[in-house]
Amino acid sequence: MPLATLPTLTPALPEIFLAIASMLLLMLGVFSSEENNTRTVSYASVLVLIVAIPFVGLVTEGRTVTFGGAFVTDTFAVYIKALVLVSAATAIIMSKDYLKIQGIERFEFPVLIVLATLGMMMMISANDLIALYLGLELQSLSLYVIASFQRDSARSAEAGLKYFVLGALASGLLLYGMSMIYGFAGTTSFDTLANIFHDAHGHVSVGVIVGIVFMLAGLAFKVSAVPFHMWTPDVYEGAPTPVTALFAVAPKIAAMGLFIRVMVGPFGELGAQWQQIIIFISVASMLLGAFAAINQTNIKRLMAYSSIGHMGYALIGLAVAGTAGDAALQALGVQSMLIYLGIYMFMNIGTFACILLMKRDGRMVEGIDDLAGLSKSNPGLAMILSIFMFSMAGIPPLAGFLGKLYVFQAAIQAELYALAVIGVLASVVGAYYYIRIIKVMYFDDPVDELDRGISLEMKAILVVTGVVIVFFVFYPVPLLTGAESATAALFHK
Amino acid sequence: MENLPWLSIITFAPLVGVFFILLIRDDDKEIVARNARWVALWISLITFFVSLGIWINFDNSTANFQFVEKTVWMPGFKIGYHMGVDGISMFFVILSTMLTVLCIGASWITITDRVKEYMIAFLVLETLMVGMFSALDLILFYVFFEGVLIPMFIIIGVWGGARRNYAAYKLFLFTLTGSVLMLLAILAMMFQAGTAEIPKLLTHDFPATLQPWLWLAFFASFAVKMPMWPVHTWLPDAHVEAPTAGSVILAGVLLKFGGYGFLRFSLPMFPLASADFTPLIYTLSIIAVIYTSLVALAQEDMKKLIAYSSVAHMGFVTIGTFAANTQGIEGAIIQMLSHGVVSAALFLIVGVVYDRIHSRDIDAYDGLVHRMPKYALFFMVFMMASVGLPGTSGFVGEFLILVGAFKANTWVAAFATTGIILGVAYMLYLYRRVIFGEMTKENLKSILDLNRREVAIFAPLLLVVFVMGIYPSLFLDAMHASVENLVERYQSALAAAQHISVVAK
Repeated sequence: MPLATLPTLTPALPEIFLAIASMLLLMLGVFSSEENNTRTVSYASVLVLIVAIPFVGLVTEGRTVTFGGAFVTDTFAVYIKALVLVSAATAIIMSKDYLKIQGIERFEFPVLIVLATLGMMMMISANDLIALYLGLELQSLSLYVIASFQRDSARSAEAGLKYFVLGALASGLLLYGMSMIYGFAGTTSFDTLANIFHDAHGHVSVGVIVGIVFMLAGLAFKVSAVPFHMWTPDVYEGAPTPVTALFAVAPKIAAMGLFIRVMVGPFGELGAQWQQIIIFISVASMLLGAFAAINQTNIKRLMAYSSIGHMGYALIGLAVAGTAGDAALQALGVQSMLIYLGIYMFMNIGTFACILLMKRDGRMVEGIDDLAGLSKSNPGLAMILSIFMFSMAGIPPLAGFLGKLYVFQAAIQAELYALAVIGVLASVVGAYYYIRIIKVMYFDDPVDELDRGISLEMKAILVVTGVVIVFFVFYPVPLLTGAESATAALFHK
Repeated sequence: MENLPWLSIITFAPLVGVFFILLIRDDDKEIVARNARWVALWISLITFFVSLGIWINFDNSTANFQFVEKTVWMPGFKIGYHMGVDGISMFFVILSTMLTVLCIGASWITITDRVKEYMIAFLVLETLMVGMFSALDLILFYVFFEGVLIPMFIIIGVWGGARRNYAAYKLFLFTLTGSVLMLLAILAMMFQAGTAEIPKLLTHDFPATLQPWLWLAFFASFAVKMPMWPVHTWLPDAHVEAPTAGSVILAGVLLKFGGYGFLRFSLPMFPLASADFTPLIYTLSIIAVIYTSLVALAQEDMKKLIAYSSVAHMGFVTIGTFAANTQGIEGAIIQMLSHGVVSAALFLIVGVVYDRIHSRDIDAYDGLVHRMPKYALFFMVFMMASVGLPGTSGFVGEFLILVGAFKANTWVAAFATTGIILGVAYMLYLYRRVIFGEMTKENLKSILDLNRREVAIFAPLLLVVFVMGIYPSLFLDAMHASVENLVERYQSALAAAQHISVVAK
């Protein structure tokens, strides 16, 4: 027997590509002239992330594992990775002007985002507890750094530190849960765990349950679900805005992907044990996201609560997927959740692009009141931001409504009526603060005008996301079928 | 010609207009405004004339849905794009397209601020209204039903009066709360019946234990939209603050969403629950008719008075609907159409003097007949139609409803009739104070009578009021087959349920 055989590398090709590319990007940053190396590296990073999408898309069907079963590639991973890559790329594009204005142009910034993306992709493809942890930590460590990227600002430093301390705590919880599961089940491989629990027919030792609960806590932290959400508002407010834009989308979607894979994969048979926990955090997130946002005056903080609420809605899908024993229903839950996340990505990217355009006299502003009268001074921007707000509130015919429609449909089919009723009522409360932003822009008298002038890249992002949100209702098929085939990968054994 | 998707053309033609208006770019605000007005007027006129084609080609002899279109929309979710009209919904489509034309005409000179956005909002609203009445898929219906909130919120909030924030919020949150519960009921229906197609659901028997819950969820939404007492409070606020054209659409079409919903969903799909809840509906309707009529008597604001009268008139509609016989239901539909025209006209009447004097207080006016004879004439006709004078559309509706109610429940008919008397009282009182008497107010001395544009807006409404009042068969014949079918279905479902309970005993 040879000492070690080289594993098949093809399933991990996109990750390998990103890893090598990030090294090269660092080189590029070091060796290009200091004046515009941030620019160069930013563009190169975007290019790398975009090129990685077709690499990811090589998988069209089936499921391949490598690295001794620790790494898996399937259509589910493809779907989530595509969302993550797109949102990471747009975050870099959006950061360009911001970094210049704040005087923090450093070429490490885009490279760190590429590294974080690599971590996210690894965790999406993790098929083993160890691999999961590796991916998660690579992501988290990169994100801690960029959260405090604006070193001179106390708020940014605070955000980074807070994120780091609480993130480390969550990682600890996760790791503890993983070790419990390993101790009681004797393996870290998802496939073996799934087989063990399948044979146990839902009867497992308390140790495993405790392990699952700890893992749930750790993962809930990563998706900022209540009661592990406390870091979110402070970090969102303190971190540089493009970083917040990234936080709101890429890591959340990746963590949600991981959440789904862990819960319906190895622990799929144990739905009866964890479904009620998911229902609780879903309800708590929706309610907190709805009520706590009402009094916010800072738009980034508002978006933090809004994203907590949205994670609550997405988790409805996971709660449905916890209906053990009914694969069709579980699949519906996951599919609705994937659709929700896809729409969520477009809404959030668009909204943060608008927030990044809130400048007055060349400086960034982030108060909701600063938007007063925007519909007079900049009608185009006001119109597109109100489209995003109506969409987030879930008003038809915009895409946000359809996202909610699918998760609620899943909840009704799973007969989780209380969850559905609380969900829709929370969405009415949520609508209150979303339409407040529209009110400020359209009904209030203008204050000092915001700066005009939108760069070509920002215009492109706004137009693309806006068109997706408005016209999704006319042609929803691509996202629906994408989510469907992604879900299928999880449920065929 | 036969195979063209006429309903889709009518529904989405206004969006084409929106596209053209978005293309208008010029530094001169006046030019932009003028172009936007003309584009909106032409598009809405074309849409209106095309929608008349639906009526001309409508087959009166069948209760089936006509002009049906069906395509895949969301595969895997059993949700399709499915459109069609029957005798119940067809006239509402035409009402929507007609009132949009008049709204754009009525805003021609009064709206000077952000004209482009204003016209876009109205055209989007037209798309949603027409789509709502012709949707034959539950989710499609909900998308149109709820989407109306977006343009309405903007119209009231941007071009509204002093307390527009409050009114816009109230409208939005009241309706949204009711509607989200309906959404859950829709999802439950889809799950239970395995389809979202309304024609199939119309013949599906929902379990008797589920019906009350579904009925209540739909009721939550339709009662707010209708609006029924005690959830009517958003309506006076919204009307008072909305610009004239906004009030016209609100009273003329949006209030019909609730009544249409009862006829399309509650009655045929949940007959057992409807029968059980009929006493509740009767009670709320009678309270609405009498209480809001009394409230209307005490109003000092003309728009508020008409708003309260709308609540009373809608009370008649719910009485007729749940009387669940042919006369009652046909009366309810005629009453809704009549109210759509008459209340729209009355809001426009108020708009005329508001544009000149900028006051809606009844006390700000007196003796207008001396300076505005044409205005007084139009006002009188619409006022008479509102109180149900024979020969006008209001009479046909109220008379049929009372006949239907009398057959179903004598007491209800008796109470409802007192509402008519009160209605006459507040309308005549309003008319006397505004039109008759000496003209004493200085600022009224130079007030001008209706100009040609305003006459052109009122003339078609006047025509409809009389046609509907003198020759109602034109409308009744088209809706008869559908209404008969609905009543038959309702009665046979009740009979079947009674049979089961008798057997069980």
